[in-house]
Amino acid sequence: MTGTDPLRDLWVYLNTTPLFWLWATLVAYLIGHALHVRANRAPLVNPVAIAVGLIITLLWATGTSYDHYFEGAQFIHFLLGPATVALALPLFENLGRVRRMLVPMTAALIVGSVVAAGSAMILGSLMGASPEVVLSLAPKSVTSPIAMGISESIGGLPRLTAALVILTGILGAIIVTPLMDRLGIRDYQARGFAAGLAAHGIGTARAFQVHPVAGAFAGIGMGLNGLVTTVVVAVLVAVLT
Amino acid sequence: MPAAMAALFLCQLLGELAARMARLPVPGPVVGMVLLLLWLTWGRFTPKALPETSRGILSHLSLLFVPAGAGIILHVERLSAQWLAISVAVVGSTLLALVATAVTFRLVAKAMDLDQVAREGLGREETGRSGSAHP
Repeated sequence: MTGTDPLRDLWVYLNTTPLFWLWATLVAYLIGHALHVRANRAPLVNPVAIAVGLIITLLWATGTSYDHYFEGAQFIHFLLGPATVALALPLFENLGRVRRMLVPMTAALIVGSVVAAGSAMILGSLMGASPEVVLSLAPKSVTSPIAMGISESIGGLPRLTAALVILTGILGAIIVTPLMDRLGIRDYQARGFAAGLAAHGIGTARAFQVHPVAGAFAGIGMGLNGLVTTVVVAVLVAVLT
Repeated sequence: MPAAMAALFLCQLLGELAARMARLPVPGPVVGMVLLLLWLTWGRFTPKALPETSRGILSHLSLLFVPAGAGIILHVERLSAQWLAISVAVVGSTLLALVATAVTFRLVAKAMDLDQVAREGLGREETGRSGSAHP
């Protein structure tokens, strides 16, 4: 029977071309985005979370390995590079605000960076996480290439850190808007900066969905926290362990 | 559009090279972002389509995180082994980091009396999006 089932043949063919998983990633995102728009852009209906959920379900249902999936999805993943470079544009357009807010930003950067890494380590060890999990948690607010590098240098598990980075990003993108509303913080500069600092690129993506000023400050928060966390985590590890 | 993409890739390429040669603890694209910012500040030979192309990419930035996000399936075992500790740490620290950052930002801005300027600026660019706590 095998080989004569046309549906099966078709699937085997589809599964070997990178086109299928590339397409599936786009469609999963489009579904997530459509639901997000339909839900009046409610933060809980997060497009990344929905798309990731759909893709994981599909991989699981078809028994496809992540490596195989990534052969197709890498073309989208690759665009993260030029997208990061493109963050210079909103930054440039808001240069006046950025200059004016230099002092508040620097203060928020130092406090935020220490709280992000320190509270993750302290909460993790209070809850009985193993030492290497605690170390893997430390850089989780930072964009993944930097976070994985930090994790490795302090004795964490870089791949676990990569997963924690994603979870933190999705969570941060979901809670930032209701949290800031509850705190009564209306300043898009502060809101965006916090989103980028605490939830890196996924938080920045959320900030751009809300307001261009928030997006610009989120991009800065993400970039600066990447720089500062390397030092902050090294100090925290020395102090806390 | 091709010129804008070429400019973005050029900055990334130079950023990667700089990061590698100077052994910077920052990824190449982040250095590329700084390079593009310097280029824009200099203001010459910037492709006309650059603002439009950049806005296009950034308006669907979320899409670009889907492939990496699906990578969570590789870590299900590790995550589930200590799920409670990990959940408390991730949720708690993300909440605390967001609050600490935004509150510090606002307190310092207020103390320095940058508040008035900031609010005027925001008023001008208000897009009237529903669902936020704007007056």
